[in-house]
Amino acid sequence: MSSRIHECIVRIGETIKDNKDFLTDLDREIGDADHGVNMARGFTAVEDKLPADETDIGAMLKKTGMTLLSTVGGASGPLYGTAYMEAGKIAAGKTEITAADFGAMLEAAIAGIQKRGKAVKGEKTMLDALIPAHDAFMEKANAGADLVTALDAACAAANEGVEFTKTIRATKGRASYLGERSIGHQDPGATSATLTLETIRDFLKE
Amino acid sequence: MVGVVIVSHSPKIAEGISDLALQMAKDYKGLRTAAGLEDGTIGTDSVRIMNAIQDADEGDGVVVLADLGSGVISADMAIDMLEGSVKAKIADAPIVEGAVVAVVEASIGSDFDRVIAETEKTRDFRKVS
Repeated sequence: MSSRIHECIVRIGETIKDNKDFLTDLDREIGDADHGVNMARGFTAVEDKLPADETDIGAMLKKTGMTLLSTVGGASGPLYGTAYMEAGKIAAGKTEITAADFGAMLEAAIAGIQKRGKAVKGEKTMLDALIPAHDAFMEKANAGADLVTALDAACAAANEGVEFTKTIRATKGRASYLGERSIGHQDPGATSATLTLETIRDFLKE
Repeated sequence: MVGVVIVSHSPKIAEGISDLALQMAKDYKGLRTAAGLEDGTIGTDSVRIMNAIQDADEGDGVVVLADLGSGVISADMAIDMLEGSVKAKIADAPIVEGAVVAVVEASIGSDFDRVIAETEKTRDFRKVS
C-alpha cells in the first residue's frame, strides 16, 4: 500500500519556499521580518528528514511537526509543529484520507494551535484563516461533498480570512507591539496557512 | 537546589542576563540558557529549551524565564514535551529582574514554589515612583 503523503508534504515545502520572500516581506511590515525565512528553513529540514518510503500519513505528519518544531525558530515552529502533530494523531495508521478525516484533522490542528498560542479568532493570526476554512469545509463535507470540493470552499474562506486580517489590529504575536499600526496589513501566518491549504487542494486535484 | 533557565531569542541577551544574575550569586550552579537556534540565528527552539531544563534539574524543579512572544510559546511547548518528568514552570515575570531574583532565591536553597512566588513579585517592581 502506498500513499502520496511524502509528495504532498514536499509540495507544501516547495510552496513555502517559493513564497519565502513574500511571507518575509509581509512580516517585515508588522513583525520581525522572519516568517518566510523561518518557514523555509523548517521545510528544508523536513525534506531532508522525511522518509520517502513512509506511507502512514499520521507518522509522516508527526515527523513533519517534530522537525518544524525544532528548526523554524519563531512562534510558527511550535504552532505549525503542534498543528501537524495533532492532525497526525487523527491520521495515525491511515494511508488514505476522506473528507471526514480531513475535517477532523483540521479541527485537531486548530485546537492545538489555540491551546499553544492561547489565541482566538479575530486576533490577526493564522486562526483567522483556518477557523473559517474549517467551517466552510465542514458545511460542504456534511452535505456530502468530496474532499477536493470541500477543500475548494475551505480555500475560498481562508482567503477571505486573510483579507479580514487586513482590517483588524493584532493582539497576539509580535505585531501586537505595533497596536494600531498593524491595521492595513495582512497577517503572514494567516497567509502561510492559506497557501498550505491551497497546495493540498491543488495536489489532490492532480 | 532549584534550577533556572533563561529563554531568549538572542544568545547575547541570555548571556548578559546570566552574567548579571550570577553577580548576585557567584557559586550558583543551576543556571542554564536556551537562546537562539543551533546555528546562532535569532529565534527560539523548544528542543533546546527542553534540553536546558533537563540539564538544570537536580530533582527540585526548574523555573523558566522567557522573553517575547515565541520565547513563551516555545518554553511552554518544551515543558509539555517533558511530560511531567521535570517539575518546570514559566515564571510570569520580566526576564531581567525575574532572572536575578530567581537565581538569588534558588542559590539560597528556597524550594520551587518559593522561587516562583518571589520571582513573580518582580512583576510589580516600580522603577520610577
